[in-house]
Amino acid sequence: MSKSPIYGLMAKFDTPEAVIEASTRTRAAGYTKIEAYTPFPIEALNDVLGYRPIIQYLVLIGGLVGAFSGFALQYYASVVSYPIIVGGRPFNSFPAFVIVIFELTILFAAFAAVFGTLGLSGFPHPYHPVFNAPGFDRASKDKFFLCIEAEDIRFDLVKTKAFLESLNPEDVSEVEP
Amino acid sequence: MATESIEVPVIQPGHTYTTVSDQVNDVILKRGTSKGWIGAIGFASLLTLVLVTSLGMLFYRGTGIWGLNNTIAWGFAIVNFVWWVGIGHAGTLISAILLLFRQEWRTSINRFAEAMTVFAVAQAGMFPIVHTGRPWLAYWLFPYPNMMNMWPQFRSPLLWDVFAISTYATVSILFWYFGLIPDLATLRDSADNKYVKQIYGIFSLGWRGAARHWSTHFRAYLLLAALATPLVVSVHSVVSFDFAVSAIPGWHTTFLPPYFVAGAIFSGFAMVITLAIPIRKLYGMEDFITRRHLDNMAKVMLSTGLIVFYAYIMEIFFAWYSANPYEQFMIFNRMTGPYAPFYWALILCNGIIPQLLWIKRLRTNLAILFVIAIIVNIGMWLERFIIVVTSLTRDFLPSSWSTYAGTIWDWGLYIGTMGFFLLLLLLFLRALPMINVFEMREMIHHLAHKEGEH
Repeated sequence: MSKSPIYGLMAKFDTPEAVIEASTRTRAAGYTKIEAYTPFPIEALNDVLGYRPIIQYLVLIGGLVGAFSGFALQYYASVVSYPIIVGGRPFNSFPAFVIVIFELTILFAAFAAVFGTLGLSGFPHPYHPVFNAPGFDRASKDKFFLCIEAEDIRFDLVKTKAFLESLNPEDVSEVEP
Repeated sequence: MATESIEVPVIQPGHTYTTVSDQVNDVILKRGTSKGWIGAIGFASLLTLVLVTSLGMLFYRGTGIWGLNNTIAWGFAIVNFVWWVGIGHAGTLISAILLLFRQEWRTSINRFAEAMTVFAVAQAGMFPIVHTGRPWLAYWLFPYPNMMNMWPQFRSPLLWDVFAISTYATVSILFWYFGLIPDLATLRDSADNKYVKQIYGIFSLGWRGAARHWSTHFRAYLLLAALATPLVVSVHSVVSFDFAVSAIPGWHTTFLPPYFVAGAIFSGFAMVITLAIPIRKLYGMEDFITRRHLDNMAKVMLSTGLIVFYAYIMEIFFAWYSANPYEQFMIFNRMTGPYAPFYWALILCNGIIPQLLWIKRLRTNLAILFVIAIIVNIGMWLERFIIVVTSLTRDFLPSSWSTYAGTIWDWGLYIGTMGFFLLLLLLFLRALPMINVFEMREMIHHLAHKEGEH
């Protein structure tokens, strides 16, 4: 069935509660290639769809890289490349280096958070089949969508459509690839 | 407290996901360009021209056109730099710290407060660069391998400042844009004009509201807030090190960092109130930026104002308790010397007048609140002027004493940055959603749940 000429089937709902309920039942019916599209983050969907973000590890790595490079930069500049005695203090006067280390830690961690998120989500991604779904422009405003993708092994145009209809959506439509 | 919050909600009842989205986006997509906006742009452009002229003259003739002299080497440029950076702080405080504390009322004011931060830091960044005297060599401030075989001095607070301000500007822009992505997608989907749709489409990067993306975005947004929180406290601390690490009377104190941070938040909230009162009126956002927001912001302004007032008093105490004749003379000179009128005006603006906010009737009167906020803005500028100038005019040797006053070019540069700030703000109001729409929808969702539990 995976040779279906469409991307998937999209069901439209009016409330966040309806899409949470529908996602739970779709999951229970054994579908795995599903995705919900909502106008704001709904934490309950993470549990239903099994999403565990890993961005925090990237941010941690970014922060550590920032801290290390902050120290390395100052050590190299002040001790190795351009040692200059100021007030008889040691070349590696690290208490004075703390501020630049701190700033670079924050800077690199913030870069990791933003570009990590964009990378993990595959952005920029201007075209996507789901934009073809009728009325999908409301997904960023006030409607809630659930898509079962044709790649799912259980996907069957007729049966899946009937299943989605049974979830009380506003409508169900086929998504052009 | 509970009854009060029921009286004035953070959003007027009856709003749905659709109405909040439409009301915010219609300003950009449907209402068109109003005559008032064009007039305001004209005014802001005129002032920006003053900035360009002042900068042009500065580049042509050098810093000699300013009122600086050998004794007073830091003048308007540093005063204005500290003033603008301080204003930026409220935006980060509202968007990051209040987010972590789950203060949901922040939702409708965080977007334009963040915009204010970005634009204020842009003005601030200009001053130290032109103050170097040879701004075309400003890149020497950054550590990069060069043919001179030299590196910047990492033990200097002035270099720490370079890192603090550039990190702050970068993180503020990232945070702002990151929160904008879903709202840009809403604009892309709501726009009718093909080209408008394409422009918002490019900047929304193809955001489609997938639950998987939301889960990462949501967590990354919280992490960014957690990173911005220590950053915002650090920035004005580092700015204060420029003063505190020197050995000038009045600057060389350990309490300068917390004093500066409190002052920054004080002035920042004053600026947010100054901007929020007219904007909510002109753009009909009274349903979203309610009197509750203004009341809360007034309370934050009052409490940080008390910290600042306490700092003014402690400054006098420290000078006396240090038993250092130079410190004691510095305070005496502030109160009775050539700049005494400025000092007492500052005490009046920042210490006395904000006390009116204790009275609920005055605090909730928008006209009075607006006037107090403007007075605080002026007071905070005077505070930085007093700190920078009075310590320098009367230094250790009476033979080098001097006085300082800004020239027309100093004022031109200062007023010009206000015009440029206004210009950027007006362009923001026209092209980007002034209220964080996806968070507003989320808040409606949460509020609906809270009501359901009762």
